Amino acid sequence: MDENESNTAPDASNAFEVTRRTVIETGTTALLLTTLPRAALAVGPVDANEPSLPAVTVELRINGNLRSLTLDPRTTLLDALREHLALTGSKKGCDHGQCGACTVLIEGRRINSCLTLAVMHDGQSVTTIEGLAEGDNLHPLQAAFVEHDGFQCGYCTSGQICSAIGMLAESRGGMPSYVTEDLTHPAAELSDAEIRERMSGNICRCAAYPNIVAAIQQVAGTPT
Amino acid sequence: MKAFTYQRADSTTQAAAAAVKPGAKIIAGGTNLLDLMKLQVETPSRLVDISRLPLDKIEETPGGGLRIGALVRNSDLAADRRVRQRYGVLSRALLAGASAQLRNKATTGGNLLQRTRCYYFYDVTKPCNKRSPGSGCAALAGFNRIHAILGTSDHCIATHPSDMAVAMRALDANVETVDREGETKIIPIAEFHRLPGTTPEIETSLKPGEIITAVTLPPPPAGVQVYRKVRDRASYAFALVSVAAIVDSAQGRIRSARLAFGGLALKPWRSPQAEQSLANAPATMATFDTAANALLEGARGFGGNDFKIPLTRRTLHSVLAETTRA
Repeated sequence: MDENESNTAPDASNAFEVTRRTVIETGTTALLLTTLPRAALAVGPVDANEPSLPAVTVELRINGNLRSLTLDPRTTLLDALREHLALTGSKKGCDHGQCGACTVLIEGRRINSCLTLAVMHDGQSVTTIEGLAEGDNLHPLQAAFVEHDGFQCGYCTSGQICSAIGMLAESRGGMPSYVTEDLTHPAAELSDAEIRERMSGNICRCAAYPNIVAAIQQVAGTPT
Repeated sequence: MKAFTYQRADSTTQAAAAAVKPGAKIIAGGTNLLDLMKLQVETPSRLVDISRLPLDKIEETPGGGLRIGALVRNSDLAADRRVRQRYGVLSRALLAGASAQLRNKATTGGNLLQRTRCYYFYDVTKPCNKRSPGSGCAALAGFNRIHAILGTSDHCIATHPSDMAVAMRALDANVETVDREGETKIIPIAEFHRLPGTTPEIETSLKPGEIITAVTLPPPPAGVQVYRKVRDRASYAFALVSVAAIVDSAQGRIRSARLAFGGLALKPWRSPQAEQSLANAPATMATFDTAANALLEGARGFGGNDFKIPLTRRTLHSVLAETTRA
């Protein structure tokens, strides 16, 4: 990848951001929403004949901003982010905790946002891919993924990056992995095998794994 | 997902009282329950959230063991310094399970209570005696590659999916519970999970409204601790066969061995006969073979899982060779 290409990525994502917001502002999405039952959007497969039970109010600190939501209790954290807050960076892949595309950080720890209810996180802080860059400055892992071409279709990328942030924090905190030889003394430096094991909850169907490992390796070796 | 009311419990006894109401289900980490609710395998009408109860501590017991709160996360338990130093088999088993994201959510109590990963249990269009008692078992004559070879019945051949519980079984852990009257109970892990028999829908010895508060570990037994997991891919897959082994040996002679197996039955499996055959025996291939014979006596394949019988034998050989190496 040359320098020009890596420079286009942030602009491209900004352009997408603007487009999506514009769509929402012009009401096209609202029109689309009215054609579907609200519950179907909010909670995935539901019994259409089934009335929703009392709504719940949830306060979440999302990327530093306090947001209050009134939700069907069935709403997963992922659906709350995507369908209620228009934060569509977190992706819905399998919706069953098997692919990692929905990975976000709760109080700094990585989890699958598809396998938890938003209401269970009332009062907690959530970091999504949208909260990583500072203005036009990409987070080091975002920049490393661009530099090392750590994706092809890009669908798993936001989950990979959020997961890698959580993984590096775990590793710096002394967390061993299944491939750590001596559980009582995890090595300070992460081998490729360690990164692969620790990132195994994030599937990339394009198989960009060598480049994902290289991107993470670059940031892992940088003191923070 | 079916509609439900949501309630956050303020105490274990309040949660236990709420849990006996019709259609009620306890949720903690939720990684298994919500998965099953999305597929309508589980259809609770009330969800009682216990995730904020103060059951998330790991404490030393007076007897030199550890008391693990029911809400301790799998990742926190695996990373705990005392667990890594004294109960390496448990730390390694936890790290072998699921993914880092799931381990950050999944709890100690929830891990014990996870449901089987049998394909037919998950598919609501297929018969399953565990999900729908009396409907039959589609796995008996179906795709049963991942299924049990020990302790099965004509009603169910599912396996228990936990790695953590296998290590706890080798460590002779105890499960502590409380009911809505505040009555506490201690259940040895050997008696916690049930074999299918004629009632595969009853999976544990917990009574309605009885809630797990902690798991206690006795002081670590002497010996080398190993957790070996054999699976279809190198990471993030359920065990075809797993072994939690604690083997005490010196100069080519085994003093004692504890062996618990995952992937073979509807509960973590131990064979007293196999363990007895290893006690005070030389660490030789012949000894390992005798132990494997004792373990696999009565093992039965159902076609797709026949390979598990020789695979278990080889895995046991390998683990015993590793743990008795001078």
